[in-house]
Amino acid sequence: MGVGILVEDLNAWYGTTHTLQDINLHIPANHATALIGPSGCGKSTFVRCLNRMHETNPIARATGVVKMGEIDIYNDASPVEIRRRVGMVFQRPNPFPTMSIYDNVVSGLKLNGFRNRRILDETVERSLKQAALWEEVKDDLKKKSGASLSGGQQQRMCIARALAVDPEVLLMDEPASALDPVSTSKIEDLIFQLKSQYTIVIVTHNMQQAARVAENTGFFLNGKMVEFDSTHKIFTNPRDKRTEDYITGRFG
Amino acid sequence: MSSTRMTPERETSSPLPVPTPVSPPAAFADMAPAVASTTLSPIRDYLSKRGSGRLADDSFAAVMLICACSIFAIVLFIFGILIMHSRLSLAQFGWKFFTTQAWDPVSGDFGALPFIYGTLATSLLALCMAVPLALGVAIFLTELCPRPLRAPISFLTELLAAIPSVVYGLWAVFVLVPLMRDVIGPFLSKTLGWTGFFDGPNFGVGLLTASMILAIMILPIISSLTRDIMTAVPNSQREAVLALGATRWEMIRVGVLRNSRIGIVGAVMLGLGRALGETMAVTMVIGNHPDISKSLFAPGYTLASVIANEFSEATGDLYLSALIEIGLALFLVTIVVNAIARLMVWAVTRNAPARVI
Repeated sequence: MGVGILVEDLNAWYGTTHTLQDINLHIPANHATALIGPSGCGKSTFVRCLNRMHETNPIARATGVVKMGEIDIYNDASPVEIRRRVGMVFQRPNPFPTMSIYDNVVSGLKLNGFRNRRILDETVERSLKQAALWEEVKDDLKKKSGASLSGGQQQRMCIARALAVDPEVLLMDEPASALDPVSTSKIEDLIFQLKSQYTIVIVTHNMQQAARVAENTGFFLNGKMVEFDSTHKIFTNPRDKRTEDYITGRFG
Repeated sequence: MSSTRMTPERETSSPLPVPTPVSPPAAFADMAPAVASTTLSPIRDYLSKRGSGRLADDSFAAVMLICACSIFAIVLFIFGILIMHSRLSLAQFGWKFFTTQAWDPVSGDFGALPFIYGTLATSLLALCMAVPLALGVAIFLTELCPRPLRAPISFLTELLAAIPSVVYGLWAVFVLVPLMRDVIGPFLSKTLGWTGFFDGPNFGVGLLTASMILAIMILPIISSLTRDIMTAVPNSQREAVLALGATRWEMIRVGVLRNSRIGIVGAVMLGLGRALGETMAVTMVIGNHPDISKSLFAPGYTLASVIANEFSEATGDLYLSALIEIGLALFLVTIVVNAIARLMVWAVTRNAPARVI
């Protein structure tokens, strides 16, 4: 089961560039939340702040409060502990090329020293089924390398890899932007099914995608969050002029 | 099918019905005479005058083929010369040359085994010392080092590779040998004496000292190659591992080392090749005594150093021929060791492609 995320006064910098400015937002548990906005507006930085991946870049830093359930992730826990609870799917599929499909999926568990064969087998089946990839790969789980799959399959395998550690939150940074329409719709179906069990935050350039999968949508512009509301409201009756301009395609 | 069907090209590029009625045929009709009537643009003009390039491509391919073949030719040529000049000793000793321990120029009895042992033992020991150190340097430089320190440390490790081997030898004679005799040797025989590898008198010169100087000499090549390989691992791999909740060490192990393992083996093999053939520094500190001893303090001899030491004073055709056969043995040892290393790589990786995307 997922947990909600409360963000208060989040600011982030890359070097001297102030990429996120005073973000305040509540992401409800077990729902999908979409973040939209033009390129470079800070949406990716924002999700990377939610699992403290932002600070892996030596010139990056962040201030503010991010509460995941009861835990203040910047003060109560180490980045490693946070990332064990938060799954992340990146823009480009990044399978481990030297590992089989099976090992790719359980890499998060094996990394943490989990060795129970039976549970590993079950986890591979469960998470590949959740990622709608099981039927396509079940016969060569240990024979084929993760990198031998097609792009769309690789991305679904990466989703399975993130789900295998039973995360409470799933962050997706433009998960379908490198994929063809068929793979994209598979991934959208997936998000639709997963959001009852996980808190999902999805960054997307595709406004139809946000409208299809997310209950709530936030619009980012130039490092600020312009508007956050129910997806329906954002797309039919936005409060802010800039949001309206963006969703009607007048800029961005 | 589509109602906007026009030309075959048009259809393949957009199988779906085109919703906007721009009427491309009309557009094409406008375009075609325009292009034909006006003079060509300078770029179009230039490009249209260039030939097909087939001749250039073909001759380029031929030249490259010659370059590739020259490698085979050189190897075969060296091999042939070595065999030709060592035929006296080949005829006299046959295969026994590689398995006997005798090295007696006076009575004309020669065998290469102690030298093969010395070469293999020093090189492998050197690898055992150099590889962990080189990996450590490379990991530090690529993953942990603060940015301003990166360039100076890389430069210093690469500087090690530029020092001539005889200078290493001198340094070893004046620093490493006394250190070995008075500090490292006694410590090893006290703590690890029970293994039997550190028995017997310790004069400071011997297999272990030679291995240590070799390790220092091959360190820069292994570490700088490994560093380049690790730098080439895409950041997305590191992020993938970190996002799964990995510690920094786990990220390095799974995200970096695992992806670069083939390249690392290649770097180690290059280092090994250098260690096998290294002559001068080893000759200065190995003790130059053709013996096979379990103790690493014992003096030894390598294939390369016996050639360097005795070639100029070899009297008699058989002696000279035996030394050239030693060269042949070095050649073969290098080939066999490389072949084994390749086999090991193949055995490890045949099920998993090494490609990093």
